[in-house]
Amino acid sequence: MNREFMLIDGLPAPLQGEKNLLELIRKAGISLPTFCYYSELSVYGACRMCMVENEWGDLEAACSTPPKAGMKVRTNTARLRAYRRMILELLLADHCRDCTTCPKNDSCRLQELAVRFGIERVRFPNTAEAPDIDDSSPCIRRDKNKCILCGDCVRMCSEIQNVGAVDFAYRGSKMTISTAFDVPLAESGCVGCGQCAAVCPTGALGVKDDTRRLWEAVSDPQVKVVVQIAPAVRVAVGRELGLAEPENCMGRIVAALRRMGIDEIFDTSVGADLTVLEEAGELLSTLKKGSDLPLFTSCCPAWVAYCEKSHPELMRAVSTCRSPMQMFASLIKEHGKRSGRKVFHAAIMPCTAKKFEAARPEFRHGGAPAVDCVITTQELIRMIRESGLVFAELEPEAVDMPFGTVTGAGLIFGVTGGVTEAVIRCVSADKTPGALRAAAYTGIRGMSGSKEALVRVGDRDVKIAVVSGLAHAEELIGRIGAGEKYDFVEVMACPGGCVNGGGQPLASAFDREERGDLLYNADRMSSIKRSEENPLMMTLYNGLLKGKVHDLLHVHYRTENTGVSHA
Amino acid sequence: MNREFDYSVVDGIIDGNGRKISSVISILQDIQEHYRYLPREIFPYLADAVAVSEARIYSVATFYENFSLEPKGLYVVKVCDGTACHVRRSIPILNRLRSDLGLSERKVTTDDLLFTLETVSCLGACGLAPVLTVNDKVYPAVTPDKASQLVKSLREEATHAAA
Repeated sequence: MNREFMLIDGLPAPLQGEKNLLELIRKAGISLPTFCYYSELSVYGACRMCMVENEWGDLEAACSTPPKAGMKVRTNTARLRAYRRMILELLLADHCRDCTTCPKNDSCRLQELAVRFGIERVRFPNTAEAPDIDDSSPCIRRDKNKCILCGDCVRMCSEIQNVGAVDFAYRGSKMTISTAFDVPLAESGCVGCGQCAAVCPTGALGVKDDTRRLWEAVSDPQVKVVVQIAPAVRVAVGRELGLAEPENCMGRIVAALRRMGIDEIFDTSVGADLTVLEEAGELLSTLKKGSDLPLFTSCCPAWVAYCEKSHPELMRAVSTCRSPMQMFASLIKEHGKRSGRKVFHAAIMPCTAKKFEAARPEFRHGGAPAVDCVITTQELIRMIRESGLVFAELEPEAVDMPFGTVTGAGLIFGVTGGVTEAVIRCVSADKTPGALRAAAYTGIRGMSGSKEALVRVGDRDVKIAVVSGLAHAEELIGRIGAGEKYDFVEVMACPGGCVNGGGQPLASAFDREERGDLLYNADRMSSIKRSEENPLMMTLYNGLLKGKVHDLLHVHYRTENTGVSHA
Repeated sequence: MNREFDYSVVDGIIDGNGRKISSVISILQDIQEHYRYLPREIFPYLADAVAVSEARIYSVATFYENFSLEPKGLYVVKVCDGTACHVRRSIPILNRLRSDLGLSERKVTTDDLLFTLETVSCLGACGLAPVLTVNDKVYPAVTPDKASQLVKSLREEATHAAA
C-alpha cells in the first residue's frame, strides 16, 4: 500500500504519481484556477493563478512543482486570494471588457474567474486597445487585443499539431502572439484545425461564425435548406444544452433543426459509408499493385492541408476519396437537381477545417460549392439556444429519406481508429460476428495518439497505423521515411479524432473518451454494422451515382490550392 | 522561397553553425552581421534548415533588441543612455542627432540608408561618458556639437567613397 502523502489545506492527500501539485490538488477536490495549464501540453507556468502557499509562507506555482511526501500547502489563504485578485485585475486592466458582444461571452475563462473571485472593480485604468480582428481564415477568428498571453495556442499549435503557425513575438509589455511577420492567419502555416481556439481561455481565438448565413437561407422561402450532421456532433451537445447525462443526441438535434425550419436532414454517416466502400476499393487495389507508400486516409481536411504544406511528396499516396462530408454533399446536390427549388446545403461538423474544405475550389461545380455553409457544433448549440428550444424537452426524431439508412461503420468515423475499423470490416473476408468483434481488439480503438494493428486481408497481413494529433502524424511520417513499411494509415488532426474537433465544445481527456464510447454504443445498437451491407449503397451505386462515381466521390487536390487563404 | 535571393551566404552561415535549433541565435547573428539586418527571405529558409516553425524564428528575432528586421544604415550610431551617460547629458546628444538626421524614436534609419540611430543601455565605458559608438568604434566625451560634426564627416567620407 502506498503510504506517501502530503497535506493540502491540512488534509492528507495520497501521492499516486501525479506529475505536479496542481493535479494532486485538483484530485483532492479543489478547483485551483489556471489559464495556462493543460495536462497534455508542456507546463508553462505563466499565469500564476495556481499559486499555493507552503508551510514557510512561500508561494509556489502548483503546475510546476512536483509533489513530495510530507509537503504541506494551503490553497486558499488571505494572501493567495489577494494575489489572485491582483492578477485578475491586472489582466482585466489590459483587456477589452465588452463581454456582452464578445463571441466567447459565457464560455470565457477570464470572465469565469473574474466572477469567481468577485472582481467588481479594477483599480487600474484600462489600457486595452480596440479589437484588432484577423478574419482572413475561413476557420478561425482572431482578436489580438483579447489575448492574455497564456501561450496555450502556441503550445497546442507546435507541440500537439507540429504546425507552429503562431508564436510569441517581441518582449515585455510589447509581447504579442503573432504569425511570422504578423501575416494574416490565412497566409501562415495554419491548417485550420481549430485546436488553438478550443484551448484559448478568452475571446482572442474563436471559431468563425457562419450561423447568420444559415439563418438567412432558412428564412428564404425560395430556398430548400438541406443539412447533414456528422457523427461526432451528436455526442458533444448534450451537456451544453442542459442534459444531465451524456447521451447520443442525434434524435433531438434532428427535432431541433426541423423546428428551426430546416427542410431536409441527413446523417453524414451515409457519406462515411460511401467513403468506406471507395477507400476499401482503393486499399485493395493498392495492395494488389504494391506501393512504396501506405494509403493515407483523406477524411480530415486539416491533415490534407498539413500534408500539402509540409509533405507535398506524400500527396500521391493520400486517398483520392473525398471526405464523407464532400461525398455526401455531391450526392445531395445531385439529388437536389430533381427538386425545383434552389438547394442550400449546410453541413454541421465538429470541425473548423471543414469550413476551409467546403470552400476549396476542387469542390466547386460550376462556380457553386457543394457545401454552401459549414456550421460547427458550437455554432449549432448557439442556434438552438437562439431558437429558444428547450433541448431537454424535445422529442427525438428520425432523419429524412431517401438517405435515411445508416450503419455502425459510418457512425464510428467520429473517433480515432473508426475509419480504419470500418474499412477493416469491409475488406475482411470473414463476415461473422466474431470477426466483427475481433476487429475492435486489434489495437485500433482507444484514445492513444499513435496506434498500430496487423490485420489479415485475403492471403496477407496488412500493417496499419492510426494517428491523431499532427505531431504524431509527423513522427509516423519520419518513421516511414526511415524505411518502416505500412499499408494503411489513418490520420486525424485532432487528438482523439473528430469527437475532440476544434469546433466542438472543449473536451477534457475524460469527455473525449465518453464521446467515443457513445459512438461505439451507437455502433453496437445499429442493426447494420458494415457499410457494404447498407441497402442504400446498392440503390445509390445503381442510381444517382451510376457513371458518376469518379466525378462525385473522388478528388485530385491541386497544390496551388494549399493555402487556407484560397478559400 | 524567393528565387531572386542568393541563399549561398546563408547556407555557409548555417553550415558553419550547425543545422540545429540551438544554433538559431548564432546563425541570426552571423546573418545580421553580413546583411546588417535580417532579410525576410531567410526566415522560411532557416526554419526549414533547423526544423522549427518560421513563427518561432520570428519570435527569437523580435525578442532581442539587437536583431533588426529593417535594413540598417551604413553607419550604425549607438548613443549610450546608461545611467552614467544619462546623467552626463546623453539625451541632448540623441536629440541633436535626431534633428540633424531627420530621425525619431520610431524612424531610426535615414532614407538614404546611410545612418541608423539607436540608443543602448550602457556600453561599459562609463569613465568616458557620455559615449557613442559608430559601427562599434567608441567616441568618448561627446557633446551635441561634436556629434553633429562627426555625422557630417561620416557623410563626407561616404560621399568620397562613392565617388
